[in-house]
Amino acid sequence: MPEFNAAFPLPREIDFAMLMPVIMVLVTGMIALVIEMLRPKQNNNLIVIFSIAGLMAAGVATAIQFGQPEKTTLVEMVLRDQFGLICQLLLVVACALTILFSETYLRSRRIAFGEFYPLVLWSTAGAMIMASSRNLLVIFLGLEILSISLYVLAGLARAELRSEESSLKYFLLGSFASGFFLYGIAMFYGATGSLDLAFLANGLTGNPAAKTLLVFGIGLMFVGLGFKAALVPFHQWTPDVYQGAPTNVTAFMAVCSKIGAIAALFRVLVAAAPMKADWLPAMMAIAMLTMIVGNAVALLQKDVKRILGYSSIGHAGYLLVGLLAYVNAPDQVSIATTGYYLLSYTFMTLGAFAVISVVTKDGRDTTRLEDLNGLWQRDRLAAVLLVVFMVSLIGIPPSAGFFGKFFIFQDAISAGLVPLAIVLAISSAISVAYYLQIARAAFVVETEPRPAMRMSPALRATGLICLLGVVLAGILVTPVQRFLMGTPAEEPMEASTTGLVGKG
Amino acid sequence: MFVIGVVGVIIRRNPIVIFMCIELMLNSVNLTFLAFAKYGPATANADPYQHAMAGQMAVIFVMAVAAAEVAVGLGIIMMIFRSRSTIDVDEVNLLRG
Repeated sequence: MPEFNAAFPLPREIDFAMLMPVIMVLVTGMIALVIEMLRPKQNNNLIVIFSIAGLMAAGVATAIQFGQPEKTTLVEMVLRDQFGLICQLLLVVACALTILFSETYLRSRRIAFGEFYPLVLWSTAGAMIMASSRNLLVIFLGLEILSISLYVLAGLARAELRSEESSLKYFLLGSFASGFFLYGIAMFYGATGSLDLAFLANGLTGNPAAKTLLVFGIGLMFVGLGFKAALVPFHQWTPDVYQGAPTNVTAFMAVCSKIGAIAALFRVLVAAAPMKADWLPAMMAIAMLTMIVGNAVALLQKDVKRILGYSSIGHAGYLLVGLLAYVNAPDQVSIATTGYYLLSYTFMTLGAFAVISVVTKDGRDTTRLEDLNGLWQRDRLAAVLLVVFMVSLIGIPPSAGFFGKFFIFQDAISAGLVPLAIVLAISSAISVAYYLQIARAAFVVETEPRPAMRMSPALRATGLICLLGVVLAGILVTPVQRFLMGTPAEEPMEASTTGLVGKG
Repeated sequence: MFVIGVVGVIIRRNPIVIFMCIELMLNSVNLTFLAFAKYGPATANADPYQHAMAGQMAVIFVMAVAAAEVAVGLGIIMMIFRSRSTIDVDEVNLLRG
């Protein structure tokens, strides 16, 4: 808490180490844009290399802060805490992996625009800003940086009607949702007299009108963030946009926009914990609906990207369960559970989309289930990777997906949210069916021969890193969790630390 | 004003009008911010100077973001119009299910 002066507070000292990751990503984006301007109409390899190097540096800058105490800087505008750091690191890793497999994919779609890279980087920076602030205005700005870049990215394949359409839908619904979020902020501001979530308690004491405003404000913020995180009933856009956007953009969107939204949701939920009685039943209902609708509707889909879109809705539901469990019983349940789930989600989702991006034909995406047929004959590695990611998404033991789900299940029970745990178990059982459908499609022997589709080396590398992430996080559960908790370094933990950083 | 915006987004079919309604929503947010900044928050606990400053700054940021959104949004709408020569949202319906 700062002491309030009548004078406008000037930042007394700025802790640049805390700002470094975001600055690095932003600057990398700017330099990538300059490189693109200096070398127009040439291949983008230089940009790719440079972006990945910049992201690695940002990843290291984030990782060295792990385990350091919570702190704010820039007049309370920037907050460092463990969950924010986990989210930032995952965002950086996800962005690097997306960039790694994008170039060949974009070339095969004939949309190899160099502008892709700066946009992805800035979008990542936006999500990182969302993850590292408690000030609602800053969260809003991060959200807009993330979204505006994504609107453009969704329409990257501008000659293709489906891509344009997804871009328009995303744009209209996205700005509609940020309108709600913003109105929620205005209400919050009216109730508490501050834009900082830490001052929520102001609105609870004294004037009863403030309480009403606050309830409306928090409700509207949930709507806005629920849209971004694709929670039912605000999920309608998700499958459409996921299907229409280029596959690498979909992968990025599924991971980064979700991490950013979950991080912001986490901040709002934690701040709103004192008035939990007002919103917890509603949020539980939303979490259940999200898990059930996401997984059940996925069963009816015929397009792989749509299936994964609905599955990501289901996963948003699981993540929400993790958050609710933490908010309901912060002393029994650790936020590292949600962090761990985000980690496994990042690797398996990115990996799955990366494999699917191999199935492009004539510069177009063909991602119906039948299009995966014969993948086993054409590229053994791709088929194996796909199966591993599906196994992890289902949550079958040695994979990271299993442990993530299991911990959330455990937390939900120990936080006293038993109904949520039951719905989680049932909906994961439903999800087995459609994930297996995808995996089976890859092994069906195709009748008509098609041109061989091979994974490019970069795509192979992305797939293997994701595979490594899924498997390692599954085997080294305890060290990874301890790393995420930020407990002081120990001998077995070193291995996983270097492993994680190496991937960034 | 916020409600007019929301209703407009739901019932109108032309993306440009939808877009105008979204702008309407943002402007209503700005007015709300300014009203709260001028007449003080509903609670007595807040510091008045910092309070007013925060609201006015918020308005400026919202306007900047709205401008950025207009640029991107109109670009997307133009792109769709070029390739389909219609922008009615009922006819932009390749993706469903």
